[in-house]
Amino acid sequence: MSVHKLVNRLRAFLPVEAVLYEPEDLRPYECDGLSAYRQMPLVVALPRTEEQIVSILKLCYETQTPVVARGAGTGLSGGALPHAQGVLLSLGKMKQIIAIDPLARTARVQPGVRNLAISEAAKPYGLYYAPDPSSQIACSIGGNVAENSGGVHCLKYGLTVHNIMKLRVLTIAGALLEIGGESLDSAGFDLLALMTGSEGMLGIVTEVTVKLIPIPEKAQLVMAAFDDVQKAGNAVANVIGAGIIPAGMEMMDKITIHAVEEFLHAGYDLNAEAILLCESDGAAEEVADEIARIHAIMQQSGAINISTSQTEAERLSFWAGRKAAFPAAGRVSPDYYCMDGTIPRKHLADVLQGIEHLSRQYGLRCMNVFHAGDGNLHPLILYDANQPGELEKTEEFGGKILEMCIRAGGTITGEHGVGMEKINQMCTQFGTGELEMFHAVKAAFDPQGLLNPGKAVPTLHRCAELGAMHVHRGEEKFADLPRF
Amino acid sequence: MQIILDQFKATVAKAYAQKTPLRIGGGGTKHFYGNAVPQTHVLLDTRPYHGIVAYEPTELVITARAGTQLADVQALLDRHGQMLAFEPPFFGESATLGGCIAAGLSGPRRAAAGAVRDFVLGVRLLSGKAEDLSFGGQVMKNVAGYDVSRLMAGAMGTLGLLLEISLKVLPKPPVELTLRMAMDQASAIEAMNRWAGRPLPISATCFTDGMLTIRLSGAESAVEAAHAKLGGEELDDGAAFWQSIREQTHDFFQSPQPLWRLAVKSVYAPMSLPGNALIEWQGGLRWLSCDDPEAVERIRKSAKEAGGHATLFRRNGLAAAAFHPLDDGMMRIHRALKEKFDPAGILNPGRLYPEF
Repeated sequence: MSVHKLVNRLRAFLPVEAVLYEPEDLRPYECDGLSAYRQMPLVVALPRTEEQIVSILKLCYETQTPVVARGAGTGLSGGALPHAQGVLLSLGKMKQIIAIDPLARTARVQPGVRNLAISEAAKPYGLYYAPDPSSQIACSIGGNVAENSGGVHCLKYGLTVHNIMKLRVLTIAGALLEIGGESLDSAGFDLLALMTGSEGMLGIVTEVTVKLIPIPEKAQLVMAAFDDVQKAGNAVANVIGAGIIPAGMEMMDKITIHAVEEFLHAGYDLNAEAILLCESDGAAEEVADEIARIHAIMQQSGAINISTSQTEAERLSFWAGRKAAFPAAGRVSPDYYCMDGTIPRKHLADVLQGIEHLSRQYGLRCMNVFHAGDGNLHPLILYDANQPGELEKTEEFGGKILEMCIRAGGTITGEHGVGMEKINQMCTQFGTGELEMFHAVKAAFDPQGLLNPGKAVPTLHRCAELGAMHVHRGEEKFADLPRF
Repeated sequence: MQIILDQFKATVAKAYAQKTPLRIGGGGTKHFYGNAVPQTHVLLDTRPYHGIVAYEPTELVITARAGTQLADVQALLDRHGQMLAFEPPFFGESATLGGCIAAGLSGPRRAAAGAVRDFVLGVRLLSGKAEDLSFGGQVMKNVAGYDVSRLMAGAMGTLGLLLEISLKVLPKPPVELTLRMAMDQASAIEAMNRWAGRPLPISATCFTDGMLTIRLSGAESAVEAAHAKLGGEELDDGAAFWQSIREQTHDFFQSPQPLWRLAVKSVYAPMSLPGNALIEWQGGLRWLSCDDPEAVERIRKSAKEAGGHATLFRRNGLAAAAFHPLDDGMMRIHRALKEKFDPAGILNPGRLYPEF
């Protein structure tokens, strides 16, 4: 369909300012948080109501026009990369918090509401929304649902899928599905789980009911420095082996420690090979107990330096370095590429060693920050996009890291999603049968494949062309872990 | 185990080719649950495919075959100070892990810790075409591909024959304490919700017969501090009480009347329905013992108005559908998914809904 026809038909039910088609207006939408991939859409639509979205979808369904949903555009896998012949459906104007029920501990919100805005609105009631992806000041709840976002507290408090109750979803045909409920479960298949993390491939979320939980009475942090990554990894296992589920458990490697310390002067030990941040939260009595136990375990695990936050200001300053890892990467390098693999924690030292080997091989530096509690690794590859060929080299390096995660018995994405970025690695993680089933699941919701086409699940043809070897159920996953 | 797996594949492949339905069964402890399937359907007994595949306590993950006895899983975790935090009901010693996942039932800790589906990390299954497929994995965070593993929890075996399941496990709380206080139903619903909004270590709640029972779980200091805040009389054998609720051996469940399970918005006022009620999950789960055959529609309607749904949990002679009817849009999606996973409609047809 021509741009003009499409714009005219959209304007039949959308105000003039809600339909963008001039190149300068489309430009801000050409990429999401993964700026290496860019594509201008045909048209951007900015609905304010569910009825308007129904009309947009019906029009797109009738005219076989692809639809790509976009929240705040902070995604890191190119999931919101526009389609050249499609409508980019921005949900950014749908940012109303419809209702907060403090007694039932739920909030009903539109998809464009920012993650942190929910917690801010719930704060007067002593409640908050637990998942806290690092982009939480900007990212929207609709995008969180699409990616099943996590954050630094998800070992204890869960991912998006654990913290939502109900979705209003529109199919590509414009039909409304109410998935989940105000109750703790619902009749039939668990479509709430299926929708969460489906990357805008199955339907458009128009409303989310989230769970709110009580703000912990107290939070305290232990920071422990280690002269060896393996020892730090063991310390994590020792904490969990002692029956403690920390509220947060983060690790930084040496290059990250140096980058953030130069930037922030958070007081990190520059002699350390790895720093662990381990947080306890809950009732004051419980936190005091747990912090004492964590301190002892860090000591027994061979930490060379241990500090415990004594005040809230100190706790936040310990965290500041971890939270500044990305800007610090931006400061030491013109560009950086954030990867997102998950591994069984016991393979941490081997995988880090493998990354170091690849880093030398590709001549690119790599910082590692790690959600250590749940095994989610975020290598930040430092590169310069202005150097010809460097982005391609970076992508190849990143792909090798992900394949190493699969061989270690892990996955190519813990929380950022597949999007465009990791579509090739899907061929390594899954076999033909699983990929066919994913296409079948999509077809059950969107038979014509109009929602976010080409993302998340590769075609079998693509995998065949790549010649990627599927690591079959990780059968030799531990035996053939690369040793460098 | 490969021989058994090959047998399973052959059985499913044959059923697919001949379009002859299968009844998937494990320990037979939850046969009462869901719609009845004809005994003429060929039984596929999952129990021969059993055993723990992998368990590493410090990774907080266990992987076991579907035919494994749930009691064996629990005993192994217990030896390492860990547990299935969703506190699944067994309904009999022979319960299997596969049946636990397929039924998707969670126990008293559900409101505090999460449901079966919240702990499913990965599954290996045979589709209705006998394809051996693996989804999810053995790690805590994994968003590669659609979340097919969690979809299996509560699907009553209609989407695939479960072979292996990986679950997140959690440490057992060091201390548990059960408190009891007299209260009317409306006040109990209000109190359970109000307390759930405060940072208190409440791991289970139950109201019946004018008495609210709550369980505190956590570090000794936290449990003591909460006890001081909440008051109430300490129950000597708290563990036995919660087991009787979980396993439905408590007096309330001994009624010969049909038993309804209403999952509703937790703050919803006491429901004006005939029969006796027992409330769990901070008000979110309401059991109703009611023998009025005329009340079926009314119960369904009330549950919907209360933000949830009603399941005829134990039929006890009442002829009605087990699960809450789906609207047309949802039924279309359910049938489309069933068609993809099980094109010949051979896996437990009718067990969840008569339509598939």
